[in-house]
Amino acid sequence: MMEIIVVGLSHKSAPVEIRERMCFPDGGVERPLRRILSLPSIREDLILSTCNRFEVYVIAGDIDDGTRDIKDFFSSLHGIPRKELEQFIYAHEGQDAVRHVFRVASSLDSMVVGEPQILGQIKDAFSEASRHGVAGAILSRLFNRAFRVAKRVRTETSIGERAISISFVAVELARKIFQNLEDKAVLLVGAGEMGELAARHLIAHGVSRVTVTNRRVERARELAAMFGGDVLPFDRLPQALGHADIIISSTASRHHVIDYATVNGVIKARKNRSMFFIDIAVPRDVDPRVNSIENVYLYDIDDLRDIADANVKEREKEAHKAEAIVEGEVTKFCRWYSSLETVPTIRLLREKVEAIRRKELNKALSALSGASEKERNVLNAMTSAIVNKILHDPITVLKRSDQDSSGTILADAVKELFRLDDVGPVEKNDGQKTQNRDTGE
Amino acid sequence: MNLIFYYITGAFYGLGTMSHLAYVVSSRRLFYRIGQGALSAGFVLHTTTLIIRYHEGGYLPLTNLYESVSFFAWGILLVYLVIDYRYGIAVLGAFVSPIVLTLVVIGVALPKRIIPLHPALMSYWLPIHAICAFLGDAVFALTCCVGIMYLIQEHQIKSKKTTGLMRRLPSLEVLDEVNYRSLTVGFPLMTVGIVTGSVWASYAWGSYWSWDPKETWSLVTWILYAVLLHQRLAMGWRGKKVALMAIIGFVSVLFTFLGVNLVLEGLHSYAEWK
Repeated sequence: MMEIIVVGLSHKSAPVEIRERMCFPDGGVERPLRRILSLPSIREDLILSTCNRFEVYVIAGDIDDGTRDIKDFFSSLHGIPRKELEQFIYAHEGQDAVRHVFRVASSLDSMVVGEPQILGQIKDAFSEASRHGVAGAILSRLFNRAFRVAKRVRTETSIGERAISISFVAVELARKIFQNLEDKAVLLVGAGEMGELAARHLIAHGVSRVTVTNRRVERARELAAMFGGDVLPFDRLPQALGHADIIISSTASRHHVIDYATVNGVIKARKNRSMFFIDIAVPRDVDPRVNSIENVYLYDIDDLRDIADANVKEREKEAHKAEAIVEGEVTKFCRWYSSLETVPTIRLLREKVEAIRRKELNKALSALSGASEKERNVLNAMTSAIVNKILHDPITVLKRSDQDSSGTILADAVKELFRLDDVGPVEKNDGQKTQNRDTGE
Repeated sequence: MNLIFYYITGAFYGLGTMSHLAYVVSSRRLFYRIGQGALSAGFVLHTTTLIIRYHEGGYLPLTNLYESVSFFAWGILLVYLVIDYRYGIAVLGAFVSPIVLTLVVIGVALPKRIIPLHPALMSYWLPIHAICAFLGDAVFALTCCVGIMYLIQEHQIKSKKTTGLMRRLPSLEVLDEVNYRSLTVGFPLMTVGIVTGSVWASYAWGSYWSWDPKETWSLVTWILYAVLLHQRLAMGWRGKKVALMAIIGFVSVLFTFLGVNLVLEGLHSYAEWK
């Protein structure tokens, strides 16, 4: 019976010193993929390698052999002894493995839940494995389903939607005030680290005009060079304020650097074009009353943090929804997977039993040399009835076991009990032999 | 037959309205698509009813209140579809479709008899006047909707509440721009409407201006929007003020359009012709 197994380590189970040893020396993933495939119990494999995660997904003929082989592979990859490795790696099989890959693809296992990169990374890993022919039918089905689950999570929950860091919140707000950031001018006042980060994010979202001003000219020049912007002498701040649409302020000043009257005058001069003040300084740089001016929007660091916290809570709620979606999909997938087992098993069972019935019937009929047509029919009907009635319950139970994931267990049991794996050639009435069935191990 | 089309149009608009509202509440894109589909289908059918009505009556279907209301609703939807094509503001549908639906439902309740055209109304100035006036009003309806959206969004951002609605409403800049652009389209339309109306009046009744209630209120409305436009261009009014004025202006439009007819008597009255 084929087993889905994943063995790996992630930021949740291993520190970076261990994780970084799990990379490939020349970057090539082909050789490890083939090496894994060459192990005796492995039928299909795939490697997922990101900075936070290193995992090997396989389809194996046997759980224990497969798991052991992969763990040995991990150990040999960079010479870390098995015992030492045990505390850092995790292994899942069957339904747990399916749940794991669905969760990872949906970014539920990521360091930042809801991050969008992991899906692309998994898709790349899958296309590599496909390209080298090591991912077969079952892994393909599993991973394609994982992509669909990830998409469902992304569209049916808002798990990735809201900004959870202060600088991203600021960018999001900027885009709700100004549609297009490309023609907007940013003024960076002061030199705080968060201010710099916010400016960086705004630039990443299209802002191209940046002016930097600071009491210390050197620092202003530094930042201006970094952003490709201009320097403004600090004493010219009130005059230049009117040219800025977005103002990020993070000075160390104990007093307001930008006051109400200045902004009031500036907004008129700007003919009321909107202004967005991002005041991340403590103590605050901008007079809070500025927010009451029409077309001016002022957010201080608490405001931004409140939004970020609220968004984190939203993400957690959405993560719950996402987990529910994943569970449903896991069940669906496992039902399909186990049906792979019960259907051929039922057929094998019927065939074997039918073959036995015919053989015994023929033996009996040849012993009853004077049997009439009617007597032959009665015997035929009787043996068929016995066989069908005996098989009825097991087959019904097998079919119904598709609904929960006990299907594979029962199918295995039936195969073992009835020795369906090594059905030998059996004489039939007309002398044909039934084929020796290869159950696809 | 045409009436059945009209009812079906109403049904489509009803479906469109509910879908758009569902979209605002749930933000599932599917509802938006259903809403757009329903509104578009209704629009096509609605256009058909107007064309049929035109053929049945022999002239532009704008002589009784039912026809006016139907045309007005159609005009609003037309302007909405244009704005949607140009700006793609998804939640706008939720604000516009209820208006269109309400108008169509009102139309269902109105008498539909085609009144043969009074000789006084025969002139090619009539259709020009009527179409310009109605389309101008339709544009202002959209300006009002966008104004309402602006006020909601501005309040959200100012008061630092970040609900789901804020995320789905477009940016203030876009809303303000649509406000401005629709003014530049609606105001000339309205002006032409009044001027051609005046020309037509001199042809039909012998004087350019009679201070008929509808004429008077159209003038009031025109002045409101003229002030708004002037304040925007010359005085740098922007954002909240213009949004409010757009809403007030449209209230005036509605009164001119419906209130005058229902409350006051005059040349434009559809009930009788002097």
